[in-house]
Amino acid sequence: MKPVAIVYAGVGGQGVLTASSIVGRAALLSNMNVVMSEVHGMAQRGGIVVTEMKIGRARGPLVGNGEADIIVGFEPVEAYRVLHKAKKGSYVIVNTEPIIPTTVSLEGEEYPDVNTLLENMKDLKVVALEATELARKVGNVIAMNIVMLGALTKIPVFPIKKETVIEAIKRTINPKYHEINLRAFELGYEAANL
Amino acid sequence: MKYDFMLSDEVGRKEFLLGNEAIVRGALEAGIDFASTYPGTPSSEIGNTLFAIAKKAGIYFEFSSNEKVAMEVSAAASASGLRALVFFKHVGLNVAADAFMSTAYVGTRGGLVIVSADDPSMHSSQNEQDNRYYALISRMPLVEPSSAQEMKDYIKEAYEISEKYEIPVLFRTTTRVNHVRGIVEFGPLGKKRGKGYFKKDPKRFVILPSHARVLHKVLLEKLEKLEEEANRSKLNRIEGNGKKIGFITSGVAYNYIADLVDELNLDAKILKLGFTHPFPRKLVRDFMNTVEKIIVVEELDPYLETQTRLLAQMEKIDIPIHGKMDGYFPRKYEYNPDVIKDALEKILGIKIERNTYDPPEISLPPRPPVLCPGCPHRATYYAAMMALKQLKIKDAIITSDIGCYTLGIQKPYEMADYLLCMGSSIGTAVGFSKATNQKVIGFVGDSTFFHAAIPGLIDAYHNKANLVYVVLDNRTTAMTGHQPHPGLPMDGLGNEAPSVDIEKLVRGIGIDFVKTVDPYDVKETIKVFKEALKHEGIAVIIAKKECALLWDARRRKQGVWWVYEIVQDKCTQCGLCSDWLACAAIYKKNGKIYINDALCDGCGVCATICPFDAIVKKVIR
Repeated sequence: MKPVAIVYAGVGGQGVLTASSIVGRAALLSNMNVVMSEVHGMAQRGGIVVTEMKIGRARGPLVGNGEADIIVGFEPVEAYRVLHKAKKGSYVIVNTEPIIPTTVSLEGEEYPDVNTLLENMKDLKVVALEATELARKVGNVIAMNIVMLGALTKIPVFPIKKETVIEAIKRTINPKYHEINLRAFELGYEAANL
Repeated sequence: MKYDFMLSDEVGRKEFLLGNEAIVRGALEAGIDFASTYPGTPSSEIGNTLFAIAKKAGIYFEFSSNEKVAMEVSAAASASGLRALVFFKHVGLNVAADAFMSTAYVGTRGGLVIVSADDPSMHSSQNEQDNRYYALISRMPLVEPSSAQEMKDYIKEAYEISEKYEIPVLFRTTTRVNHVRGIVEFGPLGKKRGKGYFKKDPKRFVILPSHARVLHKVLLEKLEKLEEEANRSKLNRIEGNGKKIGFITSGVAYNYIADLVDELNLDAKILKLGFTHPFPRKLVRDFMNTVEKIIVVEELDPYLETQTRLLAQMEKIDIPIHGKMDGYFPRKYEYNPDVIKDALEKILGIKIERNTYDPPEISLPPRPPVLCPGCPHRATYYAAMMALKQLKIKDAIITSDIGCYTLGIQKPYEMADYLLCMGSSIGTAVGFSKATNQKVIGFVGDSTFFHAAIPGLIDAYHNKANLVYVVLDNRTTAMTGHQPHPGLPMDGLGNEAPSVDIEKLVRGIGIDFVKTVDPYDVKETIKVFKEALKHEGIAVIIAKKECALLWDARRRKQGVWWVYEIVQDKCTQCGLCSDWLACAAIYKKNGKIYINDALCDGCGVCATICPFDAIVKKVIR
């Protein structure tokens, strides 16, 4: 099988690593090969976090330009920043709630209008959702990453079954928080308008 | 517990592991008894994993005070007949180098593997030195894995090599092997030896000049036998049977080449090297004789390429060899599929189809790494900045050090003017205080203080330097993922341990001006900074407050959470919180100031500095 390449982009503290690890674990549960690259180090909160993943026959852990089948953007500007990894027709899931970087206050940078960002994603299959707001609805903004996983699971080219992703969530997250996260997952799944 | 599965004896079990976790599993399968490290990215999760399981596994494990100590601790374990693992980031090997070099001479009894985690592209490092050269200079065998599975399998092989030839093995990894997750299949757990016994042999283990002369000869003889071993090692393998192109590759670069050979259906074969020093000359020579041209693909320096070209010259093999030395591949930064495609297009004169999406250009605000919301260092830097402003000191020289707090370099604090390496904040502060008449302030983290700052501070006292030295004591080794250090009451096995009191230690040197402050108490901290800046001689400030991430994790576990929010009616947009404290959770939108509830950690420092009481606590149920 030609590998499915997924790029996850967001801001430190949004649970990007946890979400992508859950998908990796779900791939293992589905008996699929998976290889994923993550970066640790400085900026545990507030800096850029990108993880790259290939599910299927692949050895290289990085996704080349134009190779990504799906981009999961946990933050609108960070989604836009990795669009060169996409190709025409790729799916781009975007959480529309911005996290405004300090450079806007301190260095006079401007945060672009989110609708303008979305409108500029031409020739891509954009799935926009208010993931942070949905997470607030289930009672904790931290569950936003799982809302995004719900949306990802609905994407047609995403190769893993919904129940397997749910199983991987259960195996990763503290049982105390299963209920909240599974509700977040379902809300994301429903909110993904394809 | 999270890592209990690592101790599973279920052969064939598959797990989705980080390369660094796979190293630990490999070490368990090799039956190690002993491990030591100083944390450093990209090697840190090896230690975090061991920290979680060492006690249960019956392994002695310590976070040593620095890499040199870690190297010495494990060298002694190996001399006592135990299998020992020592690991650190690439620049850690610079710190350990003195002990490392001598260990090659005296050799090993129990297997000794030294993991060096190199960081191409410098994701979290000050340079991108290629530590394969350390194998050449020390004459140690060198092993380079490419994947999470190989991390595990090759560690076991490395122990076999080490014990067979009584020599330590350098196990060189890079970021994209350490921080790659892949599926790893478990083998059987190894048998441990328990306690060792040191049989004396001073001619071998006391490296006097007269002994060293003999030991160097012995080392060179071992190297000859090791080359034979490399020629037949299963860590070196040939894949495919194409005739036109022969790729010679190692490490993470192999993955990209193997994927591309598949994708493009190239008429090629790959010599995938995992045992790269001594260079397996016979194997490479025979390989070169079966193809029309050679392409060497490796990250960073042209080590394999140099050896290959040398060999071709000596063996009079006249086929084209391409790599970095003729300009096709870059010598800097990590590789990715596009770097390899670019080079192959030029070498082979082909066009590789790439459907890169070209998004319309929109100016995006940069998002550099920042101090986390709630970080106590932010409060300390804010206080230092205010103290300097109030005293009208404009040209103070700030020496910084290695840790999260280096991010104090950013606006508005700009608290970093000079930085070389671990512990350099103090030596360079002494130098600036002697070489100039400017005020000098040095900043060092608690773990870095124990690692390399103490000799420098003794130097400062003895040589009567005039400086302010600030220990940012956040009660952990934060940047690398919260490992304990000698200042904490816990050791690498999770046992209770005596802690070193930084204030007492500094006083013990003879320094009189030593003050410990809570940086969240901003007013008091500014006051102490002003006193210190007026003090003649050495003034040491210990800014002591636990890392916000640890505090956050504890409160989340307890289900206790609150954030702060701005009462817009009271806020005058003075900018003290957004532009001067500059917390990453505080942002401006349409002229108003807000706090992002997804980022705020409830430290409340912004509320304490707000002159209008416009920032209030909001408890989350």
